[in-house]
Amino acid sequence: MSKSFLLQMKNITKKFPGVIALDNVSFNVAEGEIHCLVGENGAGKSTLMKILSGLYHDGSFDGDIIINDEKQKFKNIKDSEKAGIGIIYQELALVPDMTVYENIFIGHEIKKGVVVNWNETISEAVKMLKMVKLDVNPAALVKHLGVGKQQLVEIAKVLSRKIKILILDEPTASLNESDSKNLLDLLKELKKHGVTCVLISHKLTEVLNIADSITVLRDGKSIITLNAEKDEINEGVLIKHMVGRTIENIYPKRTHKVSKDVVLEVENWSAYDSVHGKQVLKNINFKLKKGEIVGFSGLMGSGRTELALSIFGNQPKFKIEGTLKHKNTIKKINSPKEAIKAGIAYVTEDRKGNGLILIQDVKNNITISNLQEIADFGVINENEEVNIGEKYRVDFNIKTPSIEQAVGNLSGGNQQKVSLSKWLFSKPDILILDEPTRGIDVGAKYEIYTFMNKMVEKGMSIIMISSELPEILGMSDRIYVVSSGTITGEFSAEEATQEKIMQKATN
Amino acid sequence: MSVINNFNKALKSNIREYGMFIALFVIMAIFTAATNGIFISARNLSNLMNQTGYIAVLAVGMTLVIVIRHIDLSVGFLSGFIGALTAIALSAWQLPVYIAIPMALILGVIAGLITGFMVARLKIPAFVASLAGFLIYRGAILLVTMKTGTIIVTDETFNAIGNSFIPDIPVAFFTELHKLTLIIGLISICLFILNELKVRRVKQSYKFEVLSIDMFIAKLLFISFMIGYFCFVMSRYNGISWTVVVVFIVVAIYYFITAKTVLGRHIYALGGNPEAAELSGISIAKITYFVFGSMGMLAGLSGILFTSRLQSATTTAGTLFELDAIAAAYIGGVSAAGGVGKVTGSIIGAFVMTSLTSGMNLMTIDISMQYIVKGLVLALAVIFDVATRNKAK
Repeated sequence: MSKSFLLQMKNITKKFPGVIALDNVSFNVAEGEIHCLVGENGAGKSTLMKILSGLYHDGSFDGDIIINDEKQKFKNIKDSEKAGIGIIYQELALVPDMTVYENIFIGHEIKKGVVVNWNETISEAVKMLKMVKLDVNPAALVKHLGVGKQQLVEIAKVLSRKIKILILDEPTASLNESDSKNLLDLLKELKKHGVTCVLISHKLTEVLNIADSITVLRDGKSIITLNAEKDEINEGVLIKHMVGRTIENIYPKRTHKVSKDVVLEVENWSAYDSVHGKQVLKNINFKLKKGEIVGFSGLMGSGRTELALSIFGNQPKFKIEGTLKHKNTIKKINSPKEAIKAGIAYVTEDRKGNGLILIQDVKNNITISNLQEIADFGVINENEEVNIGEKYRVDFNIKTPSIEQAVGNLSGGNQQKVSLSKWLFSKPDILILDEPTRGIDVGAKYEIYTFMNKMVEKGMSIIMISSELPEILGMSDRIYVVSSGTITGEFSAEEATQEKIMQKATN
Repeated sequence: MSVINNFNKALKSNIREYGMFIALFVIMAIFTAATNGIFISARNLSNLMNQTGYIAVLAVGMTLVIVIRHIDLSVGFLSGFIGALTAIALSAWQLPVYIAIPMALILGVIAGLITGFMVARLKIPAFVASLAGFLIYRGAILLVTMKTGTIIVTDETFNAIGNSFIPDIPVAFFTELHKLTLIIGLISICLFILNELKVRRVKQSYKFEVLSIDMFIAKLLFISFMIGYFCFVMSRYNGISWTVVVVFIVVAIYYFITAKTVLGRHIYALGGNPEAAELSGISIAKITYFVFGSMGMLAGLSGILFTSRLQSATTTAGTLFELDAIAAAYIGGVSAAGGVGKVTGSIIGAFVMTSLTSGMNLMTIDISMQYIVKGLVLALAVIFDVATRNKAK
């Protein structure tokens, strides 16, 4: 190519124990362009950006980073900042109780001697705010601004560091439509001022709207780089490149039949998060039948987990509207405890965060949600508990030296099996699985799929939330697609394809 | 050789559990040597037990509070305040002991539930909620003792709790020994050995890891010896005191709750991972109320023990009890990160604290040095705990 690149990432390979996260990826950004990076969850976008930001230091990966024809060796984030790279992550890194101007210059304060020069700081901050077209009092507290404005403050903060490349990771994920549009317009505006921009996004419409070039990553490989002027690009082309892998035959055959009885029906279900002041779920309607596996597909942050939690006793304390019918009777489930009593179980996506008690042993973790079952007058029958632990260890093939081993010492797949055992022991008839195979190897995946089929054959109903399309297609009887807190599509197993789902998930 | 190897192995894998026993043993040995044996004398040990009582019961309650990731700073002055009220009830109102004591315990529960309410419902950090209690109860003590100053308690039954000993069997042989204490000692040793054997058999039947047989016997012998020696020494003085009986009952109940019941399991689950606990159907508010309510009750008990021991209620009773109890819990292996800690450990921690005081008093070490030494021991204990914990990972 004749065009000179501002940033070149050449043959980047990054391995984690057991996984190759990036496999010989090349990524080139021309000066002054808006370059979008797209791909499914787990395609390697974040890993690539972590390498570029210096979070994964030089030497922990193979390949070269070249900026302005100069080879870079980043030992830490400071080095990459010095080289002119500014990153805005999905989670905003602002201090809510500080003012806008303090936030903009945090970490690189303008000083006069040893003290901060506040006057200079404020006048610089005003310039920065003008640049990002944000009309707020620089002395306002950040927590009093909306998410959209906070995002702009974040951009002002990064721009104030004299950066050459601005990288935004899913900047519009938490924004509403008009805020998103503002942000994208600003990026175009900044382009005119010569700011080079890398945008990671799941929303293909906005990618098509703004990008000069698009690089698609899939399974840790760079698939293709498209140019907005030369190549013909549309959503279909992008989706094909994003999901175009062949599905390996890792799904055990299903023999079960779905019954006609509806066990769970949710109508006009909306949830409002009063802590963060936003609506998380909008008018959701769905049904679950006895013996059915219903897949909930959607991208991260689309509201799938919030939906599951709001049904499972509403532990995040959302304000909820709508009705929930459990076996044809309207129920109000006010705590996880009541949900468990009603026969609902929720296997979390974050087994280390809110699933398991890592410092306790396998058997304690399995019995915790249903201790009454093995207790007389509140006293635990420890022998019975050991029997139960042993039973599940054998049933699920949990690989552990003993059931007295702390769960924190087990591998991810075995932790997930403990998690499943725990919820099975609560004797549910509706099982909600949130990302049941995240971060576990193929063998353990297969075991979990087999287990799911076995359970629905026995008449259990399963809601499976997953961002992995092959898994959704391979396991579900019916599929709902969730996007921005609402259901945007419903497919039967026969009619669903990866492309159709992706289209609904990204609109 | 294999015995030593086994010993090393057992020590390594259980170092955290045995660490504080070893520490207590070492501290006692040092003081015994430094005081020409006065420290280990029956009279001194007996005093030591009685002095530990009111801190020990607080440490038991504090263990649970810290396990669920909170703290309670109010219990020292609460203990003093309830002690003063009990003294007033007995002296000024002439209430009988069997009414005054339950009243004190119930008041404690109510006070604890108020703190629990602020923490569980109003979501105020326990540090702040209990600091408010700290100030309020401190003022309350001064308020109720304003007119009288120190309140003398003359009720003999009440004063016996902190100063008297269990009666002996009235027979005419071994008159220089307290025979009931010896009998209790023997029965305890038998029960201990039988229970250990049973636990070991069950564990083996599930193919769990157990101590090698020589280490198991060594452990049985060592602990039996300790129980036996303790009872023997006590029997040469006045026997077991009522305070020891009270502390023993409290520890037994709390050990049972924490180790054997659903409630106990829920407490540790909440401490280990609050979010996972809630999603497992555990009511965090209920557990928090229970833990703070029980803490308040034990503060009341502590007040009873202390007032009884001094046979009076003073204006400064309860000062720094809460910090001694917190220190005892940390020395006893309770983890500041929550979810880990045994009531038996905290009792040992309480004994370490009072042993230090008693030993250094006997050595006529100045109070200034006493504080410094105690601080160092606390720091060492926690450093040791954190170091072994990280290693286990």
